[in-house]
Amino acid sequence: MSVIKVKNHEIVIPGDLLAEGNFKYGEGVIRKGNVYYSTLVGLFQDKGEFIQVKSLKGKYVPRPGDLVIGKIVEVGLTNWIVDVGAPYSAVLLANNATDKRFDPVKDDTRKIFDIGDIVLTKIASFDRTRDPSLLTNERGLGKLRGGRVIEIEAAHIPRVIGKKGTMINMVKRLTRTQIITGQNGRIWIHGKKPEDEIKAIESITKIELEAHTQGLTDRIREMLSNGQTENEK
Amino acid sequence: MAGDGTVQLIDEKGKRVDGRDLDELRPLSIKIGVLKNADGSAEIRMGKNIIVAAVYGPRELHPKHRALPDRALIQCFYRMATFSVNDRKSPAPSRREKEISMILADSLSSVVLTEKYPRTAIDVYMQVLQADGGTRCASLIAASVALADAGVPMRGIVSSVAAGLINDKVALDLYDLEDQKGSGDMPLAYAPTLDEISLLQLDGIFTIDQFEESLDLAVKGAKEIFEIQKNALKQKYTDIRADVKEVPKAEAKEVPKAEAKEVPKAEAKEEPKA
Amino acid sequence: MGDNYVISEIEKDHILFLLEQNKRSDNRELNQIREVNIETHYVGKAEGSAVVTLGDTKLIVGVKAILGSPFPDTPNTGVITISAELSPLASPYFEIGPPSNAAIELARVTDRAIRESHCIDLSKLCIVPEKSVWILFIDFYILNDAGNLFDAATLGAIAALATAKIPKTKVGEDGVVEVLEEKEPLKIDHYPVSVTSYKVGKFNIFDANFKEERVSNSRLTFGFDEDDHIVSVQKGRQGVYTPEEIKKILRESLLVSKTLRKELMKALSKK
Repeated sequence: MSVIKVKNHEIVIPGDLLAEGNFKYGEGVIRKGNVYYSTLVGLFQDKGEFIQVKSLKGKYVPRPGDLVIGKIVEVGLTNWIVDVGAPYSAVLLANNATDKRFDPVKDDTRKIFDIGDIVLTKIASFDRTRDPSLLTNERGLGKLRGGRVIEIEAAHIPRVIGKKGTMINMVKRLTRTQIITGQNGRIWIHGKKPEDEIKAIESITKIELEAHTQGLTDRIREMLSNGQTENEK
Repeated sequence: MAGDGTVQLIDEKGKRVDGRDLDELRPLSIKIGVLKNADGSAEIRMGKNIIVAAVYGPRELHPKHRALPDRALIQCFYRMATFSVNDRKSPAPSRREKEISMILADSLSSVVLTEKYPRTAIDVYMQVLQADGGTRCASLIAASVALADAGVPMRGIVSSVAAGLINDKVALDLYDLEDQKGSGDMPLAYAPTLDEISLLQLDGIFTIDQFEESLDLAVKGAKEIFEIQKNALKQKYTDIRADVKEVPKAEAKEVPKAEAKEVPKAEAKEEPKA
Repeated sequence: MGDNYVISEIEKDHILFLLEQNKRSDNRELNQIREVNIETHYVGKAEGSAVVTLGDTKLIVGVKAILGSPFPDTPNTGVITISAELSPLASPYFEIGPPSNAAIELARVTDRAIRESHCIDLSKLCIVPEKSVWILFIDFYILNDAGNLFDAATLGAIAALATAKIPKTKVGEDGVVEVLEEKEPLKIDHYPVSVTSYKVGKFNIFDANFKEERVSNSRLTFGFDEDDHIVSVQKGRQGVYTPEEIKKILRESLLVSKTLRKELMKALSKK
């Protein structure tokens, strides 16, 4: 007999008994025998035979293939150390930076990326034993210029993007901005006018704050179409 | 224990000097998310104790050679402010502070799923702003919810309280005066949902019966405290929900059925990729 | 403070871009301070205490009075000693260990504003000349560094001192000092405040937040008493100012000091 002990979308904490029986489970859940417990503060999600706890907060853990926004914090002779907001600093090797082969004798890493540069990059590899390595030599990747970067909880990125990108596309359209979301919780926003960027930031902040509530898309649409921003406290 | 048990700490009605019953906790309140920079934080007031706990991490560990290859290292830093006690405390960390830091780290390590973040550090800072007896327990209560607030995965929440001997009777949650004039003190950390004791110390002289009674009483106290921890953690998010006016039903079904199928097998801990 | 934080070029450019239009990233005027909150009587075991928040910056100050001996060259005056701890609790960029240079500078700059304003008559802290005086330990703990610790620290120090109560004493015939149960308020003669500005590009901004501090290369702190006297100055970091700039910043700082003192007096009038 499979029994779920918690209501869908209820807030749970570590150690809360979630279900008994046979379930598939995702993040935020541990299994002890036939019993399932929460490991996080978060929203319980009951999707039939699959249960998980969506965390409200937490450090970004890199996964190969993730698109992330990084900050160059160290420049070496043949590599860069990049802060991607993870518990591990990432390495970008010069040979993975550009299409051209890097010659350490002639080429200067600083001319490609310097300390403080913001780069759109991809996690090339990461496992338990080694720090993540990055690449920027694919189309669309590389240094981001202008605009602003904000940081939100990585766990909220899917919410900001929305189902099939509905949420983010709506924000882009209504604020007339370019937006790139990194899976590490960093978001780059570039608008023609700073007011547009501010509006986009305000909507993203609202999405993050109310990430675990329902009917959010409608509220954001309303906020942006009214042309006025709600007063956040 | 400095006390010899001769000071009158219980009156004829069985009340303690601060008016409590023997099995009664001090007033206790917990605020979550009090510090902006920390990944997780909490302030606890337990009687006159005021303690702030902040969690940073998991993050890179320096120096790197201390890193554990297969899990995160939990580092605790329990410190008392110079003005937290009656006499001014020296600002340099004492042996007492170092020992307490160590046993608190051991206790927290028992519940944190450290294997999720190999080679990293999870740093827990506990600053005692005012001390009134039982600071290690109060620190642990705050640290435990600060870790949960930081989104650190844990098997359960650690709660903590001391039981001790005053006038040869077992009493819960000793405060400063009882700590000093009583004849025994036994701090304990207990995770109610796991039924696990992860910290146990004792000083003073207890009979076997008194020890067992203290153990049971502290466990009962920890269970009560756990309810307050739980409410504090949930409160933060319930508040946001209450702020949002309309809560239409729409989005609950937005999750496509197919997504659930993509999850490979029961062992999968990763969130399915959309 | 936060010196190992790398600020991104995008953030730098953005802060400068906004300043060109007389704006700041947190929607403030260039000379506008963040919301101030001062809570006194926070720690009962301290003689005086205050928690100060300045925007997201948060610190606690405690004052402890201990009987001790005066310095031989000032036998008739009490002693004040100020120390600050930049605990790693307050910022991912603070490290554990003995007080950093930044912590020492913070304590010393605050010390100067307190001492030079003569806000406390140190001779009143003397109990028996050459033998026994009160030593006031003023200790700061930074709880959250979101910029401008200097001004927050001075506000906290004065608030803690102004609400401090020191035990009365009785000197016996044998010259032995007895500390009595009864306490009396510490008398404050002046209310100095510190005002710090940071230079970013050609602009001077007040009550800088963490990132604004990281973009700046020059810092200027003025301490003022309530009669508009300058009681302390500290120029920090490697950047430079022209004499004209200094004079201009002085005028602006003085105006900001009025706002800060108003907040201080408001908090003190509550108790």
